[in-house]
Amino acid sequence: MKVLFSVSLCLLLASCDGGLWNDPYPAGDAGKSILYTAFLERPKHLDPAQAYSENEYDFLALIYSPPLQYHYLKRPYQLVPLAASAMPKVSYLDKRLKRLPDNVAPERIAYSVYEITIKPDMQYQPHPAFELQYLRLKDGDLDGIHSLGDFARAGTRPVLAADYAYQIKRLVHPQLHTPIAGVMEEYIVGLKEFSATLQAAVQAHPEEFLDLNDYPLSGVEVVDDTTYRITIHGKYPQFAYWLAMPFFAPMPWEVERFYAQPGMKERNLTLDWWPIGSGPYYLSENDPNRRMVLTRNPYYSSEQYPSEGETGDTASGFLDDAGTRLPLIDSIVFSLEKETIPYWNKFLQGYYDASGISSDSFDQAVQVSVSGEANVSDAMKAQDIMLSTAVATSTMYTGFNWLDPVVGGPSERATRLRRAIAIAVDFEEFISIFANGRGISAQSPLPPGIFGHHEGCAGVNRYVYDCVQDKPKRKSIAEAKRLLAEAGYPGGVDAKTKQPLVIHFDTTATGLGNKSRLDWLRKQFDKLGIQLDVRSTDYNRFQDKIRRGDTQMFFIGWNADYPDPENFLFLLHGPQGKVKFSGENASNYSSPEFDRLFERMKNMDNTPQRQQIIDDMLEVLRRDSPWLWGFHPKSYVLQHGWLHNIKSNIMANNKLKYWRVDAEQRDKMRREWNQPERAPLWFGAAAVLLFGVWMWRVLRKREQAK
Amino acid sequence: MIAYLIRRILYAIPILIGVNLLTFALFFVVNTPDDMARMQLGVKRVTQEAIDKWKQQRGYDKPLLLNSAADGADKLTDTIFWKKSASMFVFDFGYSDDGRSIGREIAKRMGPSLTIAIPTFLVGLAVYISFALLMTLFRATVLDMAGVALCVLLMSISGLFYIIGGQFVVSKLWHLVPISGYAGGADSFKFVVLPILIGIAGGIGSSSRWYRTIFLEEIGKDYVRTARAKGLSELRVLFTHVLKNAMIPILTGVVVVIPLLFMGSLLTESFFGIPGLGSYTIDAINAQDFSVVRAMVFLGSVLYIVGLILTDISYTVVDPRVRLQ
Repeated sequence: MKVLFSVSLCLLLASCDGGLWNDPYPAGDAGKSILYTAFLERPKHLDPAQAYSENEYDFLALIYSPPLQYHYLKRPYQLVPLAASAMPKVSYLDKRLKRLPDNVAPERIAYSVYEITIKPDMQYQPHPAFELQYLRLKDGDLDGIHSLGDFARAGTRPVLAADYAYQIKRLVHPQLHTPIAGVMEEYIVGLKEFSATLQAAVQAHPEEFLDLNDYPLSGVEVVDDTTYRITIHGKYPQFAYWLAMPFFAPMPWEVERFYAQPGMKERNLTLDWWPIGSGPYYLSENDPNRRMVLTRNPYYSSEQYPSEGETGDTASGFLDDAGTRLPLIDSIVFSLEKETIPYWNKFLQGYYDASGISSDSFDQAVQVSVSGEANVSDAMKAQDIMLSTAVATSTMYTGFNWLDPVVGGPSERATRLRRAIAIAVDFEEFISIFANGRGISAQSPLPPGIFGHHEGCAGVNRYVYDCVQDKPKRKSIAEAKRLLAEAGYPGGVDAKTKQPLVIHFDTTATGLGNKSRLDWLRKQFDKLGIQLDVRSTDYNRFQDKIRRGDTQMFFIGWNADYPDPENFLFLLHGPQGKVKFSGENASNYSSPEFDRLFERMKNMDNTPQRQQIIDDMLEVLRRDSPWLWGFHPKSYVLQHGWLHNIKSNIMANNKLKYWRVDAEQRDKMRREWNQPERAPLWFGAAAVLLFGVWMWRVLRKREQAK
Repeated sequence: MIAYLIRRILYAIPILIGVNLLTFALFFVVNTPDDMARMQLGVKRVTQEAIDKWKQQRGYDKPLLLNSAADGADKLTDTIFWKKSASMFVFDFGYSDDGRSIGREIAKRMGPSLTIAIPTFLVGLAVYISFALLMTLFRATVLDMAGVALCVLLMSISGLFYIIGGQFVVSKLWHLVPISGYAGGADSFKFVVLPILIGIAGGIGSSSRWYRTIFLEEIGKDYVRTARAKGLSELRVLFTHVLKNAMIPILTGVVVVIPLLFMGSLLTESFFGIPGLGSYTIDAINAQDFSVVRAMVFLGSVLYIVGLILTDISYTVVDPRVRLQ
C-alpha cells in the first residue's frame, strides 16, 4: 500500500507540469500558434487516390495541393487556382482533333483539353522518400523504425507537372480502390485502356512493384516541368471541380517505391497512412487512436490570404489578413473524441477552439428569436463564443421507389398519391422538433447556393406549397386528402379492395433514440388515414434492399461532390437507376422528358439557357414528385473569440489554413475558466481522516470492553 | 503439475478452434463479404467491380468453409475460414480490413488499456476487501446495514452514470483532471486517475457485498472462535486468519480476470478517449472489420484459458492441500 501510495505521489508530481490541472495538453504548448480541434472517427484512408469521406478530407485537403480550390470568401462558391498558376486553359477539339471555337455547341466537341500550368516554386514536405539512401533499404535498416519520424533524414524536392500526371495514373492502379475511377475512365482519354494494361501487368507479375512510369497514358501529357495537359472526351465543365479534389494532387513516384519496400507495410508505414504532399501542412504525428497533428510545411510559400471577398467581408474583419502568407497557424492538433459530452465540455473549458452543436447542447448554446434568427445564448456570449451558420450543399430526402406498383411509376393515380403524401409530411415541423431548426425545407433537390436554385416565390414547389409573402406555405391537409381520394384511396382506404392503404418505409433508424422520429412520421401518414409500416434495418440490409428495389419508401441523403446542379440532378437521371444500372438514382425514377433535359443541361456552362432548362427539369420533378424533397441541413459552428477569420464554407475542406488564433488570449481565458477547486479535496481528506479516527476509537472501545 | 498444465494447454486447442468457428459462423451469418466491402468502400460511387476487387485483394473472394472446386486438402485450406484463422494459432493476426497490422495495433493499444486496468484492479481489490472486512467487523450494527444499503445503491446505478457524473463533477465543475484524453508515460496520470476512480467506485457495490458474504461465512467457523479464545484482537482475527482462509473463493473470481485486463474496457475507453483495446474492439465491430473482430475474440479466448489455468495454479499457492495432477 505504501509503495502504491509512493508511486501515485511520484506520478502525480511528475504529471503536474505547472499548467492547469485539467489541461489535456502539455504546459509547453501554452502561447503557441496551435489550433485544437477534434475528430470523431479515425480516417480510413489518407491516400489521395482512395480517400473520399469528409473526415478524410479534413486532413488531406491541408496536406495535398491539387491544381484548384474553392475561394474561401466569395459566394456563390467559385473555383480559383491553388497549385495552378492560373485557371486551366480549356480548348475544344473535334473528332479529327481540329481546334474548335470556345462557344461551339457541346455536341460538336469530341475532346476537351485542359492545360494546367503549376506554380514553379512549390516543394514537397520533408519526407525520407526523397533521400536516395532510403529507396534501397537492406535487411535490418528498418530495425527500430516505427514511424516516419524515426528515419534520421528527410529530404524534399520541387513539385513537377509529372507528379500530377503520375497521380492520375494511380486512379486506376489495380491494387487501389479509387471511388471515382469509373467516372474518370469514362472521361479521361485512354484511362480505361490504361487500367486494363495495368491489370494485365499485375496479373503477369503479381509480386513485383508496378512502376507506373513504365506505362504511358494517352490522355495525359507532360509538356514540361510545370505544364501538363489532360484530354477528356466531349465537353464536361464539371471536370474543373474534380481538379479541386485530392484525387488530382501531385504524387512523387519515389514515394510509391519507398513504401513498397519489404517491411514497410508490417510497420504500418504505407502511403494510405503516411501521406506526402506539397500543401500547407504535413502529418507530423499520426496516432489515429488518440491524436493526429498537422505541422506547417516549412517549404510552403506559394499562397497568401485572399484580398477579395464578398460585400461586408471587410467590415466583418475577414480581410484583415489579406496578403499574409498562409497558413496562419503553425500546428493543428486533432484529438480523437468519440463522445459528444466530453467534446462539448472541453470546448466550453477552452480546450477546443471550435465545436459543432449536438442536440443535447443546443438549448444551452443557441437561442432562436421570434423571427427565427439563431443567436448564441447569454451563457455563450459571456464566454465570447460566436456562432456561424451555413446551409450545407446536401439534401436529405425520402424517396419513393419508382418501380413499386403502389407508389411508383408515372400514372396519374400514383402521382396524386405521392403528392398527397408530400403535402402531409410536414418537414418544417420535423426540422423544428428533431433538428432544432437547423435546416430549411427543400423545394427541389437543389439547395441554396447551387446554380439553378431560386429564392422566393420563383423557387417554391407549387404542388406542395403556396407562396405567401414570398415564402412557401404548406398546402392544407384537406388538399392532400382531396388528392388522395382522386388517387383512389379516400380516407386512406383503397376504393377497390376496401382495404386500408399500408405503405412500407425502410430506414436505418433503429433503437429507442429514433422511436420519436418514427412515431412522428407515422402521425404524418395518420393525417391521411394511411398506415405506415416502418421497417427498420441495419445499414447493410438497407443498402441491399435499395439495390434490389425491395422498398416502397426510404430515407436517405446526398452530400454534393461539387457545387453544380448536375451533381444533384443526376440522382434522378434514368440511366443512373440503382436497380437496372447500379447507379446513384436510388428511387429508380425514370422520365424520358427529364432525362432528355438532363443530357442537355449537364455539359452546359452556367448561362441563362442552362437556368431555363433546370427550371423545366425542376417542374417535371415537382409534378412527378418521386421524392419527398425533405430538407437541406444547416451547419452550426461555435468558435471562441480568440479564433479569427472563421467564415462558413461548406465546399472548402482546407479552410483551416485561413484561420488565425490569438494564443495569448486563449491562455488567459483558459486560466480564468479552469482554476482547480481544491476545497473538495480538503473536505474529502478531512472526512476520510475523521471517519478513520472515529472508527479507530470505536474499535478501541470494543476491544477494551472485551 | 507440468503434465497437468500440458494437458490443459492441449485441451485449449479444440476450444480455440471451436470459438473461432463460432465467431466465423456468427459473423458471416450477419454479414456477407459483399457487405464488408461496401462498409469499407463507403456510400458513394461503389460499383460491383470495386467490391469484387476489394474482396479479391483481401481473400474474401474464396468460399467460406469448403472449396468444392479445389482438390485434396485445398478443399479445406483454400477457404476464407482457413486463410483467416490458421495463422492466428501462431499469433500472426495479419492485417485489418483497412490494411493495418493487427499485431502492431494490439501491442500499441495494450499499454493504455493496462494503465487503467491494472490500478483499477489492484486498488479496487484492496478497497473492496477492506470495505467488506469493515462491514464484517461491524456486522449486525447500523454501520454494517448502512454499508450494505450503500452497496445495493451503488450496484443499482448504471456504469454510464458514474462516468458522466464523474466527468461532470470532477472535471467540469472542479477542474481537477482533464475530461478526456491520454498521454504516454508519467503524463498519463492525470488522464487515468478519474477512469480508475470511477472504475473502482463502479465495482464497490457488487464486489464488497460478495466478499462480505464470504467473510461472514468464514467468521462463523471454529478456527475463528479458537483465535478469539486465544485472545487475538478482532482486527487481527479478520486480517490474518479470516482473510487468508477466504482467499480460495476470492481467487476463483479474481485470478481468472487478470489476463482479461489486457482487453480493456469498452465504455470507459470510449468516454475517456483512452486508445486501448476496448475501443479497438468496438470500432472493429462498428466497422464490420472481421479480421480485427476474430483476432480480438481469439485473444480473449486465449487469455480466458490462461486465466483459468492461473486460477488452478493459485489454488496450490494459497492452499497447500490442493495438488494439480
